[in-house]
Amino acid sequence: MPIRFRLNGMPRAVEGISPTMTVLDYLRGVERLTGTKEGCAEGDCGACTVALAKPGQNGPEFEAVNSCLMVVPQLDGREVLTIEGLAGRDGTLHPVQHALVEADATQCGFCTPGFAMAMFAFSQEPGGKDDDAIHEALAGNLCRCTGYRPIVDACRKLQPVPAGCLKELPVAGGSMSSGANYCNGGQIFHLPKSVDELAVLRAQFPDAILLGGGTDLGLRVSKEREAFPAVIWTVGVSELKRVSDKDGVLEFGAAVTYSEALPLLEKHFPSFAALVRRIGSRQIRNLGTFAGNLATASPIGDTIPCLMALNAEVKLHTQAGSRWLPVEQFILGYRKTAMAQDEFIAAVRIPLLGKDRIFTAYKLSKRFDQDISTVVAAFSLSVTSGVVRDLRAAFGGMAAQAARAKHVEAALNGQPWSEDSIARIDQAIAQDFQPMSDHRGAAAYRLCAAANLVRRVHAETTSGQPAQVWAL
Amino acid sequence: MSAPLARVPGGIHASVRHDSAAGHVSGSALYLDDIPNVPGSLEAALVLSPHAHARIKAIDLTAALAAPGVVAAILAKDIPGKNDIGPIRPDEPLLPTDMVEYDGQPVAAIAAGTLDQARAAAKLVRVDYEPLAPVLSLDEAIEREQFVAPPQIMTRGDVDAALKTAAHRLSGEFNCGGQDHFYLEGQIAIATPGEGREMHVFSSTQHPTEIQHGVAHLLGIPFNAVTCEVRRMGGGFGGKESQATMIAGIAAVLAWKTRRPVKLRLPRDDDMRATGKRHPFLIRYEVSFDDGGLIDGLDLMLAANGGNVADHTPAVLTRALCHSDNCYWLPNLRFRGYACKTNIVSNTAFRGYGGPQGMFAIETIIEMIARHLSTSPEAVRERNFYGIGRNDVTPYGMKVEDNIIARVLEELDRNVDLARWREEIVAFNRQSTIIKKGLATMPVKFGISFNRPALNQAGALVHVYTDGSVTLNHGGTEMGQGLFIKVAQVVAEAFQIDIDNIRITATTTAKVPNTSPTAASSGSDLNGMAALNAAERIKARMTDVAAEQFNIPAGEIVFQQNRVYAGNRSMSFAELAALSWEKRVSLSATGYYRTPKIHWDFATNSGRPFYYFTYGAAAAEVAIDTLTGESRVLRAELVQDCGQSLNPAIDLGQIEGAFVQGMGWLTTEELFWDEKGRLRTHGPSTYKIPGSRDAPPVFNARILPDAPNREETVFRSKAVGEPPLMLALSVWLAIRDAISSLSDYRLAAKLDAPATPERVLEAVDEIRARAAGSGSAI
Repeated sequence: MPIRFRLNGMPRAVEGISPTMTVLDYLRGVERLTGTKEGCAEGDCGACTVALAKPGQNGPEFEAVNSCLMVVPQLDGREVLTIEGLAGRDGTLHPVQHALVEADATQCGFCTPGFAMAMFAFSQEPGGKDDDAIHEALAGNLCRCTGYRPIVDACRKLQPVPAGCLKELPVAGGSMSSGANYCNGGQIFHLPKSVDELAVLRAQFPDAILLGGGTDLGLRVSKEREAFPAVIWTVGVSELKRVSDKDGVLEFGAAVTYSEALPLLEKHFPSFAALVRRIGSRQIRNLGTFAGNLATASPIGDTIPCLMALNAEVKLHTQAGSRWLPVEQFILGYRKTAMAQDEFIAAVRIPLLGKDRIFTAYKLSKRFDQDISTVVAAFSLSVTSGVVRDLRAAFGGMAAQAARAKHVEAALNGQPWSEDSIARIDQAIAQDFQPMSDHRGAAAYRLCAAANLVRRVHAETTSGQPAQVWAL
Repeated sequence: MSAPLARVPGGIHASVRHDSAAGHVSGSALYLDDIPNVPGSLEAALVLSPHAHARIKAIDLTAALAAPGVVAAILAKDIPGKNDIGPIRPDEPLLPTDMVEYDGQPVAAIAAGTLDQARAAAKLVRVDYEPLAPVLSLDEAIEREQFVAPPQIMTRGDVDAALKTAAHRLSGEFNCGGQDHFYLEGQIAIATPGEGREMHVFSSTQHPTEIQHGVAHLLGIPFNAVTCEVRRMGGGFGGKESQATMIAGIAAVLAWKTRRPVKLRLPRDDDMRATGKRHPFLIRYEVSFDDGGLIDGLDLMLAANGGNVADHTPAVLTRALCHSDNCYWLPNLRFRGYACKTNIVSNTAFRGYGGPQGMFAIETIIEMIARHLSTSPEAVRERNFYGIGRNDVTPYGMKVEDNIIARVLEELDRNVDLARWREEIVAFNRQSTIIKKGLATMPVKFGISFNRPALNQAGALVHVYTDGSVTLNHGGTEMGQGLFIKVAQVVAEAFQIDIDNIRITATTTAKVPNTSPTAASSGSDLNGMAALNAAERIKARMTDVAAEQFNIPAGEIVFQQNRVYAGNRSMSFAELAALSWEKRVSLSATGYYRTPKIHWDFATNSGRPFYYFTYGAAAAEVAIDTLTGESRVLRAELVQDCGQSLNPAIDLGQIEGAFVQGMGWLTTEELFWDEKGRLRTHGPSTYKIPGSRDAPPVFNARILPDAPNREETVFRSKAVGEPPLMLALSVWLAIRDAISSLSDYRLAAKLDAPATPERVLEAVDEIRARAAGSGSAI
């Protein structure tokens, strides 16, 4: 069956291409739409940004994504908008484009189409356009010429005006869905629509790649040019898109993206939400999932220390049924998990914080936005009558896997929440971790900074002084 | 009707938009990879060395050549002409014959039907290496006297005596890192064989003539057989000056061998591994000064990490030495420059071209002097500024005739009230224990012209058609900096026609020959003048035609706002163009310009290398986190001298963009080589250029008003591409200031650039320990 979607308002039923062709290569090579650029092919520069639309409650909703990290079957049933579709059919510039021109916001111009698409998606969102929101929306786009000031100025003027090519057309709905799978040249891409279907496929094709948002696996396609023989894509499974917030538990289906999870995280765990806003960029968070972050079991895995500190659990599913496993038991080692070959992640659940529980998470990196962490730290604790209770401290970037810091916890639990107690941290953390040195930071820095993040929690919970430069 | 006084739209000094702005925002501006391949075209991929230093024992292409779609592979032996692409010294093979000298060095190249086929086949090339020990540190290179070019020296007075007798003396060493250009469009070239020996090359290059020469040498054909063309680059910053030759050269050799068009576009990782960057520098110094900070003697060593071959290193080093004075009179000095050879990729031109490293050295030293004397860097600078009419000769013997640094600093202070700002910072630091703020200013004096006099020349070609439309061509290249629109403004001004009537055309060696690179901030100075010369020659001929037509002296003919006036009679510019054709008068002219007054003696490192200086000043406020070393720029205020700006909007874009790029060099952008000499930061996921949130939230850049160039540059403008990058040293100095606050400003931070969180935290802990040891209050 062909892959069906719409491109700048025009229907497409694509056959005869590899199912692991990236959307970027498809646009530039097959469609000859060369406004979308390749700057890095690793989802970091944003020059390849396009917008995906879906029907929403109040009209179409748009999300910016990196076309370099997506393969064409991921467009199943979607409306894709590229820079060529932004202007009117008569060539009249869209207000986003006009704003960039008026602000002298282009120099070499190579990053510009990507910025324009990120800005277009941003312009369609409800909510304010203050500087913080603007930087969050632009974090996935790099410009080497302008220094950003004019681009940010252009963002302040954005209005939600429809894209030129979509003005008279309804946005594509689920009716355009492709078939159960797409085959070409010996490669197969499965598009299951239910958990049962997914469980059967998982059992039947244990060697097939399980693909969620593709922000990690996409690199193997985009950069290494790997052609996976078989892929099972989880995002079309409606049960995996469920989000629930009841009985004191927050539950996210495996295909729920970071962006989709953010409103509830914001409500219950603002510090976790703030950290998630620094995972990748808007483009990445519109595709990437918690389940993907867990399944790759990265030693840093920004969400993993948070989930460990929060005592979250992972639901693993097979044809035979499902089981819940604490995240701590799910992660077994460097890129190693407890998931059996016929299992897949179905959901993640996080118990809400009890009364007086504090949860805070920190990310250290060379750049604030869109950088892989040097150290991630997450703390969940109570301080009653000045004494630390039930501290759960977890770190990423400190070992071959994200892990709890048991010595740190022991050094502080039951102790006064004071500078004297904190003085024991440096030794405890060195017992917990023997980090490696690499381009993100030397072992000594990791140890020192990780200990100091405990000091930061202490400062933030006990003094009114600013304790982060980004809080100024 | 007599001539109106209103100015022509799009003339000089107007904020005309970038000519490609609409094309940029609509995605219709074409870059090389957007040009459709003609049928039969091939795509190429490189095989890169995985070793920093190794002997090549054997290369087996069998599997690669048998792979699907592969048409050809090349090694050094397949180069028909001379295997060298060194821009200054002939020491740089396009492909190595027996040794690889850096991780990422291209060893072989493959051409295949598709890009995927080429890249897949490149992985099948078997190279048998015998790894050798690499030299990676500057210390080791200096110790072994392993250089890519001879050491350079600049001296004046008796520095040894000055160092012995002064009241205060400081010495030490510190480092600054390199910087990847990270142009958003990676390196790319398309080579197409023509009839006979002809070769046409599209190249994303700042130096089409060097591509032409490089390809001709490699193929063993005359220059006139090679045409290089470039309409625009997706950013250059110096990284597409000499480095583009490797890309174009490999494409051309593959095209020569296959007789088919070949495109070579590097994936980002290959681009970052295989091509050169800004030079990291090691700085050693010994300085002496009096109680007020007046410098008496400065013995300075600048060691540039040149990488494996010379490339631009000798010239970068010269410019670094020529900017180690910045704005200061140094009576006794010895500047030594070492162009170190190491086993990393050969470093190259990058915006500022050694100037940033030279100023990094002197300004860091000034800050150390200030801490030593418990005074401010501003006070020390004040004591040492070049005088007017006295103490005004640079270490290389050029008199500073146009010193306006005092005016620039006054303008900065008028905008921001530095004293009050300083009080706010100190007050904040008094009550904040974890977060500390820093504030610093930075004066800049930057010399304009290529150090090598021969490069300071330019050509242009202008045609007027009989409908009054004009095409403009010159030797400069457009990389986003707005050169094309500025030069078009000059021509619009000369002819007094709307800028929309001027078509800007791609740079090509077939139209304007023997060009200089678009570099050294010189693009509009040189090409603007050459285009003006061409336009004026045509205008003079058209004036004669008009004078004859109206029967008045030529001196009374006035071109104004698309018309040509003779008293109260007039005709349109287009009518005069048509009439000129009728009268058989040529409407095409070449233009030429060479910069006056300049000379340079390479043997003594002295002369007048610069036609003029451009000045600037900045103040920056930062905050650092003493727990994590994270830092953030909170505010930046800039004043930049642009002479009488040709285009204030374009110049402002250059100022802001250069500043943020400079910030990146000094803060987040860390090139990391592992112990085997492998670059570990070769993509944006690991190499972090500033993002939008990193630009200062309060960011005011201003062009110095009413400051026409005292030299006769094009409409009294000044160059702007590089100088504002060095304003970002204010950020570096502000971070040092914040760290120094931990010693009550009595100690200077031990810090190298870039000031990553790790380095800042280390410096914080170190200064605290030192301050505690010396009994200083914290």
